[in-house]
Order: sequence, then structure tokens, then C-alpha cells
Amino acid sequence: MRIFASLFALFSLCASAVTAPNFVLAHPQLPGSLQDLQGKVVYLDFWASWCKPCVNSFPFMNQLQQDYAAKGLVIVAVNVDANQADADQFLKQLPATFPVVFDPQGEIAGKYQLPGMPTSYLIDTQGNIRFAHKGFLQSKQADYRREIETLLAEESSDAQ
Amino acid sequence: MRSKLQKLALALLIAQLGGCASLGVQPWERDLLAKDEMALDAEGVDIGLDDHIYFSKEATSGGRSFAGGGCGCN
Repeated sequence: MRIFASLFALFSLCASAVTAPNFVLAHPQLPGSLQDLQGKVVYLDFWASWCKPCVNSFPFMNQLQQDYAAKGLVIVAVNVDANQADADQFLKQLPATFPVVFDPQGEIAGKYQLPGMPTSYLIDTQGNIRFAHKGFLQSKQADYRREIETLLAEESSDAQ
Repeated sequence: MRSKLQKLALALLIAQLGGCASLGVQPWERDLLAKDEMALDAEGVDIGLDDHIYFSKEATSGGRSFAGGGCGCN
């Protein structure tokens, strides 16, 4: 079972059109589940207080929120800290302008079979995982932005 | 008797197939293991003492990035 799950994770990194596993979004700013966000481009980020590169990814995601939220990007950050107090401490130092969902049991993380921490996924308007980023690299910030802009452009061309 | 033993052996072998399938910690479960103090080289003094004991006892040096003659006299 675990082998299948990890194979699935592997394929989800390689193949371009894999449906993002659905999960409940327990946050007042968000709809009930990930599926309900279809029609939006979703930047799904898994982070933890103990994850060093996450410290760098937060300012970047805050900037993304500022630049692209109005254009149809929804950032969902999933925290995988076992102890939520650790996450709260982290958020006190690096406040997030985007919604944070808590997954202390690692249930959502298990569905996605994260290859590392942090891992982020770019989900298109159809609910497919189109890009997966293992880790957060400062040097790739421009690439991340380009990918987001690609997906946002697809969305607006669909609407016409 | 023999076939019973064979069956038992087969059952044991099959039971072991999944043995190592769920070993280890998933990347999102590292938590405490990811803390600085959990690193093998977290304590500089500790590492220094270990090195000293190692080369004194083994009458050798090197292998842990220490230059020396290997005569045991350092």
C-alpha cells in the first residue's frame, strides 16, 4: 500500500495532469475543501516550524499573496507541526497574510506523500497538480512566479 | 512432517515480505529530529573529546579529518 502511495507521489511529480488529492480546509477565509477552489489557481505549500527553508519561503509567499491574490491565486499553507504551539510561535515571528491550515496528524501530508520539506504544489483551475517544488530555493523564485503567471493566463483565456 | 516444516518456513518467509515496508520517518514527521541539537555534530566539545579518545586508543589518526603520523604518539 505504501509502495503504491509513494509510486503515486513519484508520478505526481513527473506527470503533468494529476488530480490534487482533496482535503478539508478548516479555515474561515477558505471554502470547505480543496475541490471547492476549482476555478482558482492554488499554491499549496506544506511547511513546519522546524523546517529551515520555510523561513525564506514565508516572505516570498506573502509577496505572492500581494501580487497575485487579486488575479485569482489562492495560497493555502498547510502546517505539519505535531504541536501547534510551535507553529504559532513561528507565525508570531513571520506573520502570514495567507490562510494557514493545520495538519498535526500529517493526514494531508500523507495523502500527498511529500518528498521533502517544504514541498509546494501549483494546482490549476481544473484541480490538477501542474508543478511540484521539492524544497524552496531562493534562486528559483523567478521560475515559481513564471509558473504561476502561466496558470493564471490559462485561466483568463479559458474564461473568454 | 517435512511438508509441515516447509509450510511453516513458507509462512515465515511470507510474513517477512512486508518487514521493512514501513520503516523510518516520513519527511513531514521529522519535527524533533530536525532540531539543531539532534545533529551528530551538534556539540563541538563532545566531538573534540571523542576524537581525542579515538586516536589515543586506536593509536591512529586521520579518517576524521585529523592529520598525523599514525604512530600513536600524538
